[in-house]
Amino acid sequence: MMHCFDMLYSPTLLETQYQSNELQRETQRDAYEFRKLGEVKVLGASLSIFCCRIEWALKHKGITYEYIEEDLRNKSTLLLKSNPVHKKIPVLLHGDKPVAESLIILEYIDETWRENPLMPDDPSEKAMVRFWAKYVDEKCVISAWTASRTKGHEQEKAIESTQESLKLLNKLIEGKTFFGGETMGFLDLVVGSLPNWIKFIEEFVGIKLFDTKELSFLHEWAQRFTEIPIIKESIPMKEDLLNYFRAQQNAK
Amino acid sequence: MAKNDVKLIGAWPSPFVLRARIALNVKSVEYEFLQETLEPKSELLLRSNPVHKKIPVLLHNDKPICESLIIVEYIDEAWASGPSILPSDPYERAIARFWAAYVDERWFPAMKGILGAQDDAARMAAVGQVTEGLVLLEEAFQKISKGKSFFGGDHIGYLDIAFGGFLAWIRVTEGMGGIKLLNETKTPGLLKWAEKFAADPAVKDVLPETQKLAEFSKIIIAKLRAAAAAKAK
Repeated sequence: MMHCFDMLYSPTLLETQYQSNELQRETQRDAYEFRKLGEVKVLGASLSIFCCRIEWALKHKGITYEYIEEDLRNKSTLLLKSNPVHKKIPVLLHGDKPVAESLIILEYIDETWRENPLMPDDPSEKAMVRFWAKYVDEKCVISAWTASRTKGHEQEKAIESTQESLKLLNKLIEGKTFFGGETMGFLDLVVGSLPNWIKFIEEFVGIKLFDTKELSFLHEWAQRFTEIPIIKESIPMKEDLLNYFRAQQNAK
Repeated sequence: MAKNDVKLIGAWPSPFVLRARIALNVKSVEYEFLQETLEPKSELLLRSNPVHKKIPVLLHNDKPICESLIIVEYIDEAWASGPSILPSDPYERAIARFWAAYVDERWFPAMKGILGAQDDAARMAAVGQVTEGLVLLEEAFQKISKGKSFFGGDHIGYLDIAFGGFLAWIRVTEGMGGIKLLNETKTPGLLKWAEKFAADPAVKDVLPETQKLAEFSKIIIAKLRAAAAAKAK
């Protein structure tokens, strides 16, 4: 039944039926209403820095979804079919439509379900959010990951890069309750469990990445953020990560 | 100060800068193009993009917007009354963004691999990777365009701009190596798309001339090879 509605109100059919932009916008809004009724699934891994962003966004908007935990050493057929290009989690399935890449999924969620918006309205503020979200993934996450997997000079460079990038985030949050302002927004979800992950890497690998005094604003933000009920339920904590990866190590 | 004071800091050879120029043209926005030599980088650039110190930077009433794809989305939203660049449907937007990210994160590094290759074996390997990527993009084009001329349908859109920014570089690379990256066998759709894209009114006056870019590319290739050699040590 749900499937029929989806086909009837598919954009292609609408484009051929209606000429005027106004009417097209109206009917596309109706199409969104019906699309919202499609089942939502999240393919993820519970300790992933990227997957928790998606669950938080859905919970923030009150969307019911089915969570499917993936074994990354034995990826499911559904995952490989839904994300054939990268074969990575998270993947959001809305009805039969897969969306991959966490930042893209977050924008999709925000644009599909308009209640409790995560992005600001103003285009230049949106651009800033997108800039820093990209920065988190391309600088902070990659540097920290590199620092955890390398030695010698390469590791030193990665450690320095991580520390520098965290200082910028610290400056960004200075004087604010959340990156989104008074209430949490898109960038809060993106930065999300990064401090926990970084503290985990510090302890697991034995390197210095997160100086609490130097990064006091970011540290305090992390504590505020973790207290938010929907965040608290599913944020990967340093201890969870240590337990998991130490168990992995011992199993070898 | 003009109400809509628009400047773009950039350089003519850059595929990333080109994306911003095409987007501004789609919206018929008048802007001042501030050409950077990058050696040294201007005060304005360093002040406007202190984090990355890279081009392009869009200055809209002195407010800087950085990162080419973010600039394209900004242009689409700030000049909302003009022709749309991104699709209006959230799922189609997600697909367009996915492939644009793929171009930047997977395909473009492979392209750099061709230009920076130290020897024939390395070049062949890089060409293989680029071709694989183009085959994926061809599949995406067939699905997304639904038989129309562009990824965006009848008119160029976000993904046309994201990928099309590299068209002149694709042609230079083909000329250099005597290879056909876009061809009838593996990428027939993209081959036709390339001609139409290059001829589009928003593109044709800003797309670098292949010969001029080929000359310029010799500088870039030298730099890429030096960087690859340094890394190999």
